[in-house]
Amino acid sequence: MTSVSFYFQVHQPYRLNRFSFFDIGSERGYFDDTENERILRRVAEKCYLPMNALLLDLINKHDGKFRFAMATTGTLLDQLERWHPEALESFKRLSETGCVEFICETSHHSLAFLSDPVEFEAQVKAQRDTLHRHFNSEPTTFRCTELVISNDIAKSVEAMGFKALLGEGADQLLGWRSPNQTYRPKGCKSLSLLLRSYSLSDDIAFRFSNQSWDRWPLTAPDFVETLQELPDEAEFAGLFMDYETFGEHQWRETGIFDFMQYLPAEILKHERFDFATPGEVAAAHPPKLDLDIPHPVSWADAERDLTAWLGNAMQRSADEALYKLGPDARRTLELGRSDLYADWQKLTTSDHVYYMCTKWFSDGDVHKYFSPYTTPHDACIAFMNVLADLELRLRAALGEGSKGSPKAHGPGDATARDELASNRPQSSAKTTQAAEADAGEADSSEQASIVTPVAKKVQTERENANKSNKKAAPKAGRKSKKQRGSK
Amino acid sequence: MKVLMLGWEFPPQISGGLGTACYGLSRGLAKQGVGVLFVIPRALGSEPKEDVEVIGADQVLVPDPPATGAAATKSNPSNQPDAARVPVRLRHAYTGAHQPTASMAPDLHVFTVDSPLRPYMTERGYDQRLAELSQRKDPPGVRASDPSKASSPKAGSDSAASSSTQASSPAKRQRQEIRGGYGPNLGAEVERYAHAVAELARTRSFDVIHAHDWMTFLAGASAARVSGCPLVLHVHACEYDRAGDRADERIVALEQRGLDEADRVICVSEYTRGVIERNYRVDPAKLRVVHNAVTQREQERTLHWNRTIDDPIVLFLGRITYQKGPDYFLEAAARVLKVLPRARFVLSGEGDMLPKMIERAAKLGIGANVHFTGFLKGEEVERMYAMADLYVMPSVSEPFGISSLEAMALDIPVIVSRQSGAAEVLSGALKVDFWDVEDLAGKIIALLTMPSLRASLLEEGRGEVRRMRWEERGRSLREIYQELVS
Repeated sequence: MTSVSFYFQVHQPYRLNRFSFFDIGSERGYFDDTENERILRRVAEKCYLPMNALLLDLINKHDGKFRFAMATTGTLLDQLERWHPEALESFKRLSETGCVEFICETSHHSLAFLSDPVEFEAQVKAQRDTLHRHFNSEPTTFRCTELVISNDIAKSVEAMGFKALLGEGADQLLGWRSPNQTYRPKGCKSLSLLLRSYSLSDDIAFRFSNQSWDRWPLTAPDFVETLQELPDEAEFAGLFMDYETFGEHQWRETGIFDFMQYLPAEILKHERFDFATPGEVAAAHPPKLDLDIPHPVSWADAERDLTAWLGNAMQRSADEALYKLGPDARRTLELGRSDLYADWQKLTTSDHVYYMCTKWFSDGDVHKYFSPYTTPHDACIAFMNVLADLELRLRAALGEGSKGSPKAHGPGDATARDELASNRPQSSAKTTQAAEADAGEADSSEQASIVTPVAKKVQTERENANKSNKKAAPKAGRKSKKQRGSK
Repeated sequence: MKVLMLGWEFPPQISGGLGTACYGLSRGLAKQGVGVLFVIPRALGSEPKEDVEVIGADQVLVPDPPATGAAATKSNPSNQPDAARVPVRLRHAYTGAHQPTASMAPDLHVFTVDSPLRPYMTERGYDQRLAELSQRKDPPGVRASDPSKASSPKAGSDSAASSSTQASSPAKRQRQEIRGGYGPNLGAEVERYAHAVAELARTRSFDVIHAHDWMTFLAGASAARVSGCPLVLHVHACEYDRAGDRADERIVALEQRGLDEADRVICVSEYTRGVIERNYRVDPAKLRVVHNAVTQREQERTLHWNRTIDDPIVLFLGRITYQKGPDYFLEAAARVLKVLPRARFVLSGEGDMLPKMIERAAKLGIGANVHFTGFLKGEEVERMYAMADLYVMPSVSEPFGISSLEAMALDIPVIVSRQSGAAEVLSGALKVDFWDVEDLAGKIIALLTMPSLRASLLEEGRGEVRRMRWEERGRSLREIYQELVS
């Protein structure tokens, strides 16, 4: 018996405003909620509503024999709650059938597992809570953003109590081995790793509407024929794909909905096939083999690695700068501020660095399709400006003021120079020469003191503002943004 | 005295210091009682109108080549119904009145020749602009001219008479013939502009022809030949400044031709005089230096923007191109940030090196402290200056660098490269060799951390900048004109 195991990834990021340098410190919100709402509504109308209805219908029609899994990110559910409660309800109706397994991941579709274990755990916990709240679900299967897996990730996922993990059945990982059986990642005790059958999955997700593909048009019987080529001992076939495949990436006109409508019946015609969710597959087939995953593997692009997110210097620099703010962002929670951490978390959504990808040649089309920016450099500029703004807000909230703007003029020898300068303000040539001579040695002496008249003034104003804020309400200063940022 | 002045930038259409300088010089001359007719490729109508008489955007100077008359009329959209039919003459847009023999107003006229010429434009940008233009108007045509004459202005046009005969001879669209010169379309445009200017010089009387930078050199030379007036060329930048070793030899050749024909060559700095002497064959006796200056408005301006960031901000404002040295700015930034981790470095401008610079900042690991604003317009420039604590101009080769004076007038301390004209006149600026990023970093740190240094430099600089008046430059120009006229 081979189980066909569908899993659909459902995600929408919070896209950013074109945040310019002049917006830094201006209290402008980070997220382009007009655009976010517009896209969410479009996708809901074109994909979520019709596809949820179709799947619900199939579940009812097949009397529980048609089952599948879904991963709905926290940022998606948050947006549905704000802008499309009807679509959220339709997901809930699916969950009520008992035939849908909800898979856990990071609430913000982040790469926190790579560099920020504290945040990783926090986002997993948040996502568990969210899935429980919306779907009354207690997830036992986990997937990392973009199906990234490695030995280390698997170990921490197991430690958090998950039974199964989803990953990419990448050639570089499997070599001659089959993606159709469960594995135990090296170093894990009992965690089952279920891999994606990328060829079968991409027949639906990528190639379905490609008219130059020799198997176009793909029908349900055609697809089942391919399934039958699986060896008898295949435990399962992991058909993992973006949910937006249905109606958004592949438009309704391509026949993708019709294909899905007939596929379950076509599969169930054959006794060797049934449907099972990843959790059910894991329970039925404890891993017999270990799999060593020393380097992270993902489902993206031809390389199946992290280069779509962290492949170039802009991306790595953005990622580093982002996670550097993590500890401060979490510290503001202790001050009773949730807006700053909420904003920061939304920036951890991996889409932001994905937009900075410069691999235009082989996978560029896919990247361009998903990016709201004209160029990866524009994406980098906006993101870094937002980070700069957040850094300033964090600093203000944590009461660090501006270390850079001292009131004092710095240590000893500066005073001597001050006098020198003030004694002969008019003797231009000499002063300048002295200044130039001084300039070279300056880095050693007066490093920390930065004085600009404007900076000073602004700082004083800010301090005053902070004082009055403290007296009144601690969150008053950021009201507008807070309203935007939260639900 | 009347001057026919040729340039391709005039406020508000400016992409660099050239337009600012042309404006300042024209007004400086006006103050000296010299009448100036300023011709730019295309005016918007929003050019400054203070003591300057400005001719509007649809004030197009059109040569009337009889052969193309019919064709041009046929394909000419209705918004410029009679442009192609009128004889060569000038019209005031706002009155529509013809001014064939108008007496030169005491100050300054700006006339327009419809042409897509823009400074720093690549041929690709040119093509786009041309497409825009041709939607509006009959595509630019080029009068019939022997290709050998096009590439060698001296040939066959020794007198005003022969040239004027040519100018009124039947015109054909012959861009092909110019193509061999120096770039297919840009070359044709330079030629077309020159043709229009020559027509103007033929029908009006001037004492001096004064052309600014290479795109108008040919026009200046033609106008001088047609009118018999002395020719003054003004070098704000030459091809070696813009492109270094990758100089476009076609542009260099054009510059050389202009410099050969000029009676006087005005350089914006001693630095530029040196560049010209080294790279072109020019009689040193023809060379003069007239530095740029600062308008009174700039001198008295104060900014009223609220600062939104209290981290120290170091500003680079200019095209993100080889000439301006943005890469050295970033290298210095990386060194400064090791000492002052909160400093922020802003690069304002567009240019072919922009994507590379964004990636470079990331590679240096300073992406979080380096901000790119793109090209800033009007108010945004003011806002940027208002936020800056320090202005850095690390140009590889900067004939002058007028923006450094503006920064200084706004009480922003300035660091300029020694490879700039501004370095000659600003003793209140710190100076570095553009390649010496260690030195640059040290001086940035010094200016951000030593209030006394800032104060003394600003004090010094303020006085200096106040003494740099365009009227003074206008006086220098008038003296040079007088040498030639008398």
